[in-house]
Amino acid sequence: MLSQIIAVTGVNIRSIRERLGSSSVAVIGIAGVVLVFVAVLSIAEGVAATMKASGDPMTVMILRAGSTTEMTSGLAGDAVRLIQDAPGVARDGSGTPLISPELFVVVDHPLKRSGSPANVPLRGVGPEAFKVHDKMKIVQGRNFEFGRNEIIVGQAAARQFVDLTVGRTLKWGESTWTLVGIFEDGGAVSESELWCDVKVLQPAYRRGNSYQSVYAKLGAPDAFQQLKDSLTSNPQLTVTAMRASDYYGSQTEVLQMIIRVIGGIIAVLMGVGAIFGAVITMYTAVASRTREIATLRALGFGSFPVVVSVLVEASLLAIAGGIVGSAIAYVAFNGFETATMNFQSFSQIAFKFAVTPRLMGQALFYSLVMGLVGGMLPAIRAARLPVVTALREL
Amino acid sequence: MKFLPIVWRNLLRRKFRTIFTMGAIFFAFLLFGVLMAIRSAFAMGVDMAGVSRLMVIDKVSIINPLPASYENQIRMIPGVTGVTHANWFGGYYQEPRNNFPTFAVDAETWLQVYPKEFEVPEDQKKAFLADRTGAVVGASTAKKYGWKVGDRIPIHGDIYQRPDGGPWEFTIDGIYDSKIKGADKTNLIFHYALLREVIPERSGFRDRYNWYVFTIDNPDRAPEVAAKIDAQFANSPSETKTNTEKAFVSDWAKQVGDIGKIMMGIVAMAMFTILLVSGNTMAQAIRERTNELAVLKTLGFSEGRILGMVLLESALIAIVGGGLGLVLSYTFITLGGDPTGGLLPAFYFPTPMILAGAGLVVALGLAAGLLPAWQASRLRIVDALRRN
Repeated sequence: MLSQIIAVTGVNIRSIRERLGSSSVAVIGIAGVVLVFVAVLSIAEGVAATMKASGDPMTVMILRAGSTTEMTSGLAGDAVRLIQDAPGVARDGSGTPLISPELFVVVDHPLKRSGSPANVPLRGVGPEAFKVHDKMKIVQGRNFEFGRNEIIVGQAAARQFVDLTVGRTLKWGESTWTLVGIFEDGGAVSESELWCDVKVLQPAYRRGNSYQSVYAKLGAPDAFQQLKDSLTSNPQLTVTAMRASDYYGSQTEVLQMIIRVIGGIIAVLMGVGAIFGAVITMYTAVASRTREIATLRALGFGSFPVVVSVLVEASLLAIAGGIVGSAIAYVAFNGFETATMNFQSFSQIAFKFAVTPRLMGQALFYSLVMGLVGGMLPAIRAARLPVVTALREL
Repeated sequence: MKFLPIVWRNLLRRKFRTIFTMGAIFFAFLLFGVLMAIRSAFAMGVDMAGVSRLMVIDKVSIINPLPASYENQIRMIPGVTGVTHANWFGGYYQEPRNNFPTFAVDAETWLQVYPKEFEVPEDQKKAFLADRTGAVVGASTAKKYGWKVGDRIPIHGDIYQRPDGGPWEFTIDGIYDSKIKGADKTNLIFHYALLREVIPERSGFRDRYNWYVFTIDNPDRAPEVAAKIDAQFANSPSETKTNTEKAFVSDWAKQVGDIGKIMMGIVAMAMFTILLVSGNTMAQAIRERTNELAVLKTLGFSEGRILGMVLLESALIAIVGGGLGLVLSYTFITLGGDPTGGLLPAFYFPTPMILAGAGLVVALGLAAGLLPAWQASRLRIVDALRRN
């Protein structure tokens, strides 16, 4: 039996070359499906990777109770002072708590891609911010000086928006800023932002002495509950505390859901279409070899080896398509950076398409399924061919 | 047409192949419909946004609200026929993921500026205008959460909190609908006066609106009116940016990215693949019948007639498969609506795209049949008969 399977499959595979036209149709069809599948889902992977880079589990985010994003939160200066004294917060060598109160607004600035205005996040921070966001470093120019109208920009924002280069003067409303540096932050979402001195930003946006969020560094990994309990049980405060990793995980839920729902629908519809394509391709392959298959059967080959040989051929073609499709997706899209609107933060977030090995594995599996399902009916048909009539065909 | 039976018999002789070719084309056009709906959803109703309606926002960012005093100044500009304003409320029902666009507006002028987008029955409108805590909600949102007129619903404020920390309570006085295809029926509007009560005066945010919308008598004058308004508020603490609603919606859609282009790329790729597969199958089907065609020619069928019959055969496959695909995607999109449950309100199949789809179906049928049809019509009888 096994030797029969090997023999028939061998004949089949060697003869693919003679049916190159219709075989390559199947390969191209499946490659197209896989390309689209990988491309769409690599967007979701890319967004997720950015968010993962943003959420340090040792950092705690404190917002006003009831707020779900920094954008809609608000904390008075008094509240910030109370948070500074809370237990569980790390302190630096001189005993200063590692607490960073921040202000988060958006400004209109044109995108390079379309030339049309988009929402750029502008974050006001104090000197403590650089101890709390400890992965951040300046890669070009210098940091802004406190008390001056100076601004630094994340490297992703610098790539996505018009004219965000060191030395530029930027004017938003009545305030004029000088861009003095570009920073990186380990691929985090802050690389899509502009940063400046919070004390300069507050009056420019009529915010008095108020902030929107407080980032706190934990003294120990298990200190979170202690800090959270002390903040939420304090009657003078109405705040909510969460780990930054949880916060950033939730920030793009909507965006990721849209991409995954749409990607899912497209992948399923295209996949079923491709299975139909594979069915007709394999059917054509079987039909053009009717006499050959009948001859094998007449020589005493069983029908099972014939079924297996057709299925093997279909799977090989499908996997070839899967490899071609994901390779094109990898070359064309992996690392490609773009920005989109994140509805939850009401601002642009830059991300890179991530064609991950896991995604490519899924794509290959998916193409194998398409090949097997598509090959099944033609295989059964080949096995059932009545030998005598088939020998007489064509 | 009298040769339809023979074309039909030809399609039936390999039922399996015909059905699967139709199936492949069917799925391609099902996908076409869904992608076009996604595309229009990402364009966020650019096609519907008014050109005779203009918006005014703060020049720096829409998050900076504009003073209430601007309303009268805008009204004074020649050509302006009606002004209204709105504040973004945010908020959610029960859980943060149940969110929908909620605005605090000046109800009377809002309904005047959006008569077709917010169609509210006259008695409901009267009740809403008289009810301090009243709200009007879109038909899709009302349906999603099972709200009826008269219900009291709690909405948690995200930006604006009640002094007692509890949720806002609104009475549904009306449910708006719209006959415009793809109109956004997910919004909730309530009275700005109610919101104003919780904004402390010292915050500097009381009597300030996120945006104004106004109508003008002549859409051609939009740039001129916009320039006049922006000039009026230039060099003030709140400089403005005025443009047509259409321009704002289109800028907003561009912020999301070139989804439209990506969708077109996918459609092109799917179409190309299907054309290849079905074209190949068609060619195979004709090649198998070479000597039958020769017999027909011997019987006196002209080249043109054979060309026509083969083309008709492939067009039939495309029309049955593609037509069903378009019909089904239309039904699915119209009845099923937004697959994300409220995130893409403008999810619909635009009429021009349906027509384009129908055109593509026919084009696909003809293109797939053209080469084998041409080859068949050019056959020399003797060669063809000898080929067996």
